[in-house]
Amino acid sequence: MQAVKYARPSSIEEAVGLLAAGAGRARVLAGGTDLIVLARERRIEVDLFVDVKAVDALTAIAYDQGAGLTIGAAAPCYRIAANPAVREHYSCLVDCSTLIGGVAIQGRASLGGNLCNSSPAADSIPALIALGTTVEIAGPGGRRTVAVEDFCTGPGRNVLGAGEFVVALRMPPPAAGAGAAFQRFIPRGEMDIAVTNAAVRMEFEGERVSSARVAVGAVAPTPLLVEEAGAALVGSALSEATIEAAATAARAAAQPINDMRGTIKQRRHLAGVLTARCIRVAAERAGVGP
Amino acid sequence: MTTEAGTSRLIIGATINGEPQEFIADERDSLLEALRERIGLMGAKEGCNNGNCGACTVIMDDRIVCSCLVMAAEVQGAEITTIEGISSSESLHPLQQSFLEDAALQCGVCTPGFIVAAKALLNVNPHPQEAEVRLWLAGNLCRCTGYDKIVQAVLDAAGDGKDTA
Repeated sequence: MQAVKYARPSSIEEAVGLLAAGAGRARVLAGGTDLIVLARERRIEVDLFVDVKAVDALTAIAYDQGAGLTIGAAAPCYRIAANPAVREHYSCLVDCSTLIGGVAIQGRASLGGNLCNSSPAADSIPALIALGTTVEIAGPGGRRTVAVEDFCTGPGRNVLGAGEFVVALRMPPPAAGAGAAFQRFIPRGEMDIAVTNAAVRMEFEGERVSSARVAVGAVAPTPLLVEEAGAALVGSALSEATIEAAATAARAAAQPINDMRGTIKQRRHLAGVLTARCIRVAAERAGVGP
Repeated sequence: MTTEAGTSRLIIGATINGEPQEFIADERDSLLEALRERIGLMGAKEGCNNGNCGACTVIMDDRIVCSCLVMAAEVQGAEITTIEGISSSESLHPLQQSFLEDAALQCGVCTPGFIVAAKALLNVNPHPQEAEVRLWLAGNLCRCTGYDKIVQAVLDAAGDGKDTA
C-alpha cells in the first residue's frame, strides 16, 4: 500500500475540511471495498483516507412515512437489507444489496460507495434510479442535491467536484399500490459483475399504471433512466403489449459494448428481458397481476 | 487510538479473539497485515488481496469481512475473531473437526477463511440448507476441493447437533 494516512472525522464539516485540504489526494473511505483495492493497486494516488463512518448522518438509515427513506452514504449493504422499513417499502434495495459481492463484501460495501465508484455495471444504481433517489452532497460550497440519474457522467466519473462527497441518499415515501424490483444477469449464481441489470418501479391506481420509472445498467457509459420505457407503461393496465413496448424502449436506449462479459447483441437483448421481468415482479409486489 | 511517541505509527485498541489488546500498526496497514505482521496471528491468509478470494476472512463485530479490505486503523474499539479464536478450548471446534473428517481441505490456504465464514453462518443460522451454505460461502474460493466436501463439512457440523457456539 502507498503511504496513505488515515483520519476519522466526527462531523460533515470536518470531513469537508480534510477533503478540501487534501487537494484531490484525500479520498472518502466508506466500506473500502473499491477504494482500498484502487489505492493498493496504485490505480489512484492517495495521501489520506477520510473515514466517514464516525459521522452519524453517513451511517444512519431513517424512515419516515411522510419524508421517505434516507440512507447514509456509508451504511453497509447488510444493514440496508436487514432494515425493516427497507424490507417492507423498498424491497428493490434488498434485491441489489444482497447480491453486491458476497456476504463479506456486503458487511462493508455501501450504496454511496457503489454510486461514487460510478461503474456502468453498478448494481445499486438502477435500483436507486427507479426509486427516484436524490443524492445529497456536501462540499466546500455547502450542500447541494442531484437526481441520481444525473450523478454519473461516464465510467468511473461523476458530478462530484473538488472536496465534495455524498452524505446520503433520499428516496420518496412509498405510495399505496406501488411495487419495485431489481434484477441482473450474470453467467453464474453470485459474486460476479452484471452483464446487464435493470430496475423498475411502478405505482398503480387500481389496475392502471399511474407512474413508472425504468432503469437499465451495463448497457451504456452510465446507468440509464429510460423515460420512454416508463411512458410505455403509464396510463393503462399492464398487458403483454405494454410490457413488450417498455422492453423495446429499453433495448432501444441501450448502447452497449462488446467485452469479456458479454456482447452488444446479448446486452441489448438482456435489457429487454430484464425490464420485462422487473415489471412483472414489481407488479406482483404491488399486488397487481399483469 | 493514539500515535506512538516519536513515530507516525498508531496504537490501536481492539478485542481480538476475546482478549482486549493494543497493537502498533502503520497507518497504511490493512487489518490483514496488522494481524499477520504486527500481532503474529498467521491464520488469515493473503490470497488475492482484493476481496475476491475470502482467504483473509475474519469476523469483525459479528460480521465477516475481508481483512485485506479493512484498514487496521478502522478496527479501533472493534471485536475481531480470527481462525485462531474459533475454538474456545484446547479441542477443535466442531467445524474444524468436520473439515478433518470430511477431508474438506487439501492445500489448506483457503481453509481458515472458509471456517471463519461458516462459523459466522452457523451463528445466525444454526441449521442451514445446502443452498444457504453455498450462497454464504460464495465469497470464498477453493482451487483444490471442488467445494462439495467443504459444503458437506459445514452441513455435518450443523446437522450433528454438535455445539457450534
